[in-house]
Amino acid sequence: MSSHAATQPNLDRVQQIGLGAFGVGLALCLFGMMSNPEQVMRSYLTGYLLTVGLPLGSLVLLMVHHLVGGQWGMVMRRLLEASTRTLPLVALMLVPVLLSMPTLYKWARPEVVAQDKILQAKAIYLNVPFFIGRSIFYFAVWGLFVYALNRLTAKQDAGDADAKRRLNNISGPGVVVFSLTVTFAVIDWAMSLDPHWFSTIFGIIFMVGQALSTLSLAVICLALLMEYEPMKGLLGPNHFLDIGNLMLAFTMLWAYASFSQFLIIWSGNLPEEIPWYIHRLHGGWGVIATGLVVFHWALPFLLLLMRFNKRKAGMLAKIAILVLAVRFLDLTWIVQPNFSPDHFSIHWLDLAAPMTLIGLWIAFFVRQLKARPLEPTEMHRLAAAAGHH
Amino acid sequence: MSHAPVEVSRNFGMMAEFDDHQLLIKAAGAAHAAGYRKMDAYSPYPVHGLSEALGQAPTKISALVLLGGFLGCIGGFALMCWIAMVAYPMNVAGKPMYSWPAFIPITFETTVLCASITAVAGMIALNGLPMPYHPVFNVERFKRASQDRFFLCIEAADPKYDAARTREFLAQHSSEVSEVDA
Repeated sequence: MSSHAATQPNLDRVQQIGLGAFGVGLALCLFGMMSNPEQVMRSYLTGYLLTVGLPLGSLVLLMVHHLVGGQWGMVMRRLLEASTRTLPLVALMLVPVLLSMPTLYKWARPEVVAQDKILQAKAIYLNVPFFIGRSIFYFAVWGLFVYALNRLTAKQDAGDADAKRRLNNISGPGVVVFSLTVTFAVIDWAMSLDPHWFSTIFGIIFMVGQALSTLSLAVICLALLMEYEPMKGLLGPNHFLDIGNLMLAFTMLWAYASFSQFLIIWSGNLPEEIPWYIHRLHGGWGVIATGLVVFHWALPFLLLLMRFNKRKAGMLAKIAILVLAVRFLDLTWIVQPNFSPDHFSIHWLDLAAPMTLIGLWIAFFVRQLKARPLEPTEMHRLAAAAGHH
Repeated sequence: MSHAPVEVSRNFGMMAEFDDHQLLIKAAGAAHAAGYRKMDAYSPYPVHGLSEALGQAPTKISALVLLGGFLGCIGGFALMCWIAMVAYPMNVAGKPMYSWPAFIPITFETTVLCASITAVAGMIALNGLPMPYHPVFNVERFKRASQDRFFLCIEAADPKYDAARTREFLAQHSSEVSEVDA
């Protein structure tokens, strides 16, 4: 077994670690349920928004890859596909949120709506049955695309020459449908936590964040896999450079979209919009906001600007870990102040609940990763055509 | 060269011609390994790995662009502060004169502007352009460097340069070697 371990990545071990994190997290959440069930669900929602971003980010990056091509997408294609196939699990993970909507969403509490004219007007959209129906609809649409893309690349690997054209035809409209459904999904799951507040760029901020999390995950996986066949022979510094450049672009886009939202609301200074930022820019939440500017934008931006950082797998993987950590921080900063707007509050469950979800997700992701060979046959074919092999 | 020798013709270097970029990279690498340093390669399109094969130092352009962007950033922000606080102070929606969020878009734009102008101007300057005369064009066949041929020119200024031996060296890699008049 030990001689085996040198040539094969020890995926079982990663799976065990994931399941271990899930087990520990679950025990902590159950313990938390006894004393503070509301906090469990609040922390669970942050973890859920982080977790759901991985299959969704993978789906959109896959579609972009099928549209524009490029080696960066080819080397991570199987990782992204395995990640999209976790969608059924992630759909199931939403069930606890749907079961505790009155705990999380003010508009789902009849006694609050009875006192609030605005919520009464919004009830035509923000009501429990429609919310559940929409969530089912989003997952059905995403599931269709996940199924189609995975099936077609399997056909492509089997030698179907027409698959490439069909992947293209699906991915074009797919990107449009994806943008619309994700926008509505995050309006439901995250923005409606503060049902009076609205921002039209909110969906973009989430989508960019999802792409950033996904690229970071891919970099970490590739850095781990590159010591073993088949990735050993496929991956070079230039692949990491390309992915690093994409991370840089998405880091800038995240800053651009997040700052645009802030600038517009700050300039308008309207009573229905500005409280969202007043809560998040003062006290402890304000410290987190400054931390986001430094660690979600300035530091990754400077590190990713330098070419030698992007060409080294180990260094890029370290930056990716930083990015994943600040993604979690960003989501915490967006979600948690809704529940304690006037004072800063961080609970140990804010770590435990996301750990539960991410742990289970990783175990399931690795299981999916084992299902198909890491190297797409298509990549082999292209490399042979270009005279690289 | 067969014309009446008016004076001793000064020599710019020795040039070899190649059919594809892989041969060029190979020859450039061999020339570098043989100790030649003052040389340049010419191709119809950018060739990956050629700079490395020639042993060229990494370009300074990225450092220049970073500097340009940095100055543009500082300058843009300073300009906005000066306009909003000194030159034309105006009360907008009761906000303070120093309203930094409103300065960011301009700061961003001047950063990008100065960085890109530095990139273009720096590229031109570092390439030594404009350059109305270059000896390599004295070789008749060099016209094809912008079409379908690849060239390597070892310059006479190289300390290791010796017309006969350099010609012999290049002939190992290319069937078409010619002397370049200065």
